[in-house]
Amino acid sequence: MITGFGVAVAACSAAVAVWSFVLAARGREPRRPLLYALGFVELLLVAQLVVGVVLLVGGERPGSMATYLAYLIGSLVVLPVGTVWALAERSRSSTVVLGIACVAIPVMVLRLSEVWHGASA
Amino acid sequence: MARVRDEKAAEGRKTATGPGRILVAVYAIFALAATSRAAVQLSTKYHEAPLAYLLSAFAAVVYLVATVALARSGRTSWLVALVACGVEFAGVLTVGTLSVFDSAAFPHATVWSGYGQGYLFVPLVLPVIGLYWLRRTR
Repeated sequence: MITGFGVAVAACSAAVAVWSFVLAARGREPRRPLLYALGFVELLLVAQLVVGVVLLVGGERPGSMATYLAYLIGSLVVLPVGTVWALAERSRSSTVVLGIACVAIPVMVLRLSEVWHGASA
Repeated sequence: MARVRDEKAAEGRKTATGPGRILVAVYAIFALAATSRAAVQLSTKYHEAPLAYLLSAFAAVVYLVATVALARSGRTSWLVALVACGVEFAGVLTVGTLSVFDSAAFPHATVWSGYGQGYLFVPLVLPVIGLYWLRRTR
């Protein structure tokens, strides 16, 4: 992974999380602008997967290949599944669900970075 | 009043509505985290610490069961969720205590080691909130 890009992905996701929690605190259901923001973060995660695989093909190796791939691919699942779950019943709780999904991304990117820089698990 | 109670009984015990949806989302994230972690541990270094990694797998199963049971409505799911949250709470307390007082027995991390400190103590708080929510939706 490219550390700077990872930081950007994590920061964007954290910003969307804060936005979600602010909207939820004001009692709002999730609306389109928030969903577009989530879509943008997901695009960044796809880009991170592509970059991550290109670096592997180029010969670089993480501390643990299985863990690295698990985080790269696992991070793609969280936002779509969270969004489907959130939109199945729209309320301010759905907005919190989206925020929580966004909080998980920086954690996963941090762990991804640790594994990339040599941590074994 | 009786009618309200009948309606409530008819629609089943709904744990996955309102704030319950937030709880299910957090459980789902822990199910994902615990399952992937256990899968990697068991497939790549099971021989290093069989007990710790089997515990990881057990925790993963508990989170998966709790997530699905909380996400479904009905009496059976409610009971399954109750058992899962109870086992989870007992698990985090037992493994947490053992890992603190007998760290030699737990040199390898599980989700529940150190009362879930590697996960910001969420594993310790989550079952308490889960049990509280089950009480509310009884």
